[in-house]
Amino acid sequence: MKKIIITVVGKDTVGIIAKVCTYLAENSINILDISQTIVSGYFNMMMIADMNGSSKDYSTICDDLDKLGQGIGVSIKCQKEEIFEAMHRI
Amino acid sequence: MINQFEVIETNKMVEEENLDVRTITMGISLLDCIDSDLDACCKKIHDKIYNSAKDLVSTGETIAKEIGVPIVNKRISVTPIALVGGACCKTPEDFVQIAKTLDAVAHEVGVNFLGGYSALVCKGATHADELLMKSIPMALASTELVCSSVNLGSTRTGINMDAVRLMGDVIKETAELTKENDSLGCAKLVVFCNAPDDNPFMAGAFHGVTEADRIINVGVSGPGVVKKALESVRGESFEVLCETIKKTAFKVTRVGQLVAKEASAMLGVPFGIVDLSLAPTPAIGDSVADILCEIGLEYAGAPGTTAALALLNDQVKKGGVMASSYVGGLSGAFIPVSEDQGMINAVEAGALTLEKLEAMTCVCSVGLDMIAIPGDTKATTISGIIADELAIGMINQKTTAVRVIPVVGKGVGEIVEFGGLLGYAPIMPVNNFSCDAFVNRPGRIPAPIHSFKN
Repeated sequence: MKKIIITVVGKDTVGIIAKVCTYLAENSINILDISQTIVSGYFNMMMIADMNGSSKDYSTICDDLDKLGQGIGVSIKCQKEEIFEAMHRI
Repeated sequence: MINQFEVIETNKMVEEENLDVRTITMGISLLDCIDSDLDACCKKIHDKIYNSAKDLVSTGETIAKEIGVPIVNKRISVTPIALVGGACCKTPEDFVQIAKTLDAVAHEVGVNFLGGYSALVCKGATHADELLMKSIPMALASTELVCSSVNLGSTRTGINMDAVRLMGDVIKETAELTKENDSLGCAKLVVFCNAPDDNPFMAGAFHGVTEADRIINVGVSGPGVVKKALESVRGESFEVLCETIKKTAFKVTRVGQLVAKEASAMLGVPFGIVDLSLAPTPAIGDSVADILCEIGLEYAGAPGTTAALALLNDQVKKGGVMASSYVGGLSGAFIPVSEDQGMINAVEAGALTLEKLEAMTCVCSVGLDMIAIPGDTKATTISGIIADELAIGMINQKTTAVRVIPVVGKGVGEIVEFGGLLGYAPIMPVNNFSCDAFVNRPGRIPAPIHSFKN
């Protein structure tokens, strides 16, 4: 399984999750977990997704999500799970 | 499974606290490029470096994108060139030709720096070592990315004072030849005691002869992250303070370890070490001096500075060692003046002097680093400063170094601008009482005794 972590940070608005999920669905990326919270007034969403079934490569997905974020005025970051495992798990 | 707050913490470190990996440095042995013909030697050097490192920069960029942490520099270190060029270089100019080859191939593969224009002369210098040292000013003036270092002493061998004297002149001449750029050449030249073979940081990186053919070493950074973490424990006990530094250092080092492993796998080059150093940059909030202030000092340089730095350096190592399978290089807090806004502020406020910096180097790594001094400082005075600093390393069995820049045409209080990661610095006063008779004695300082420690 190739797990990626997608984070969305920005001002809350209608349809953020819908737009991100639509993109993921169109590219056969399976969402494993979603959580969201408000930190210092900002909308924070984290998704754990599996990109094993996707035909696009990792770099393209990152760029696409970045563009998508710009379109709705939020910052969307896509990272491999390993960085968080490394930092927060012994 | 990873939770959201861990993700937010990591991303905040990158976005707000300047967490980055300072460098991926590929060490490349050039011992198999030795040839009695200079042109053949240069060609072999070019081909070996190009073939080894052509994918280094793109690999670094890919990893940075995948994990979302910037990798600021990609660098190369090579076998000390005095060893490689000894068979074919008959004059300093011959060595300069190798320096130009290194510069050209560094540009070609797109790295930020290439280190290893070096000589190891801690006990004595060969003819090739001497030629290389004499060629340094010309080499640094005629190249852009090449960095030079000379190991002048060690705990096992003592200090080669003949070479210390020569390097005083070499530093002055390098300053003179690069005076159009505020003597920038000297920022690419460092002298050492107990130089490590696997250092990924510039200007002192070289690929030691005890190393494998090729190796990946990674240097982490992260003063801003430590500073931020300490903001939340103001007024707490030393126990809480130290625990906080350790935990933060652990996390920062894990990033370095991950990057090193990934780069090693992608490039097919063995993983060497992670260097645990806290390396500042001129960016606001990325300062080791600011950590010292956060620990409780008005400015770096105030009484208590040496103790605070000792504590910081030790906790960083304690936290970092567990986070990486192999630790090496310099591994200790860096206290360069020009590359650290907090240090610059301390110098400008009159809180930090050369003498205090020297005391600080007794408890952390590196030494007198990126210190701009008046251009009219005598070569023997520079040699005296070097001898003092190397003596600290020799007696305390640690690495110490000197990277001073005698800025031609400028005096105390004036500002020099080096640009980029090298930053800017106010010129610091130097004690100008003479040490000529001391420095001019021929020979070397014997190795120190290894017992009766006091």
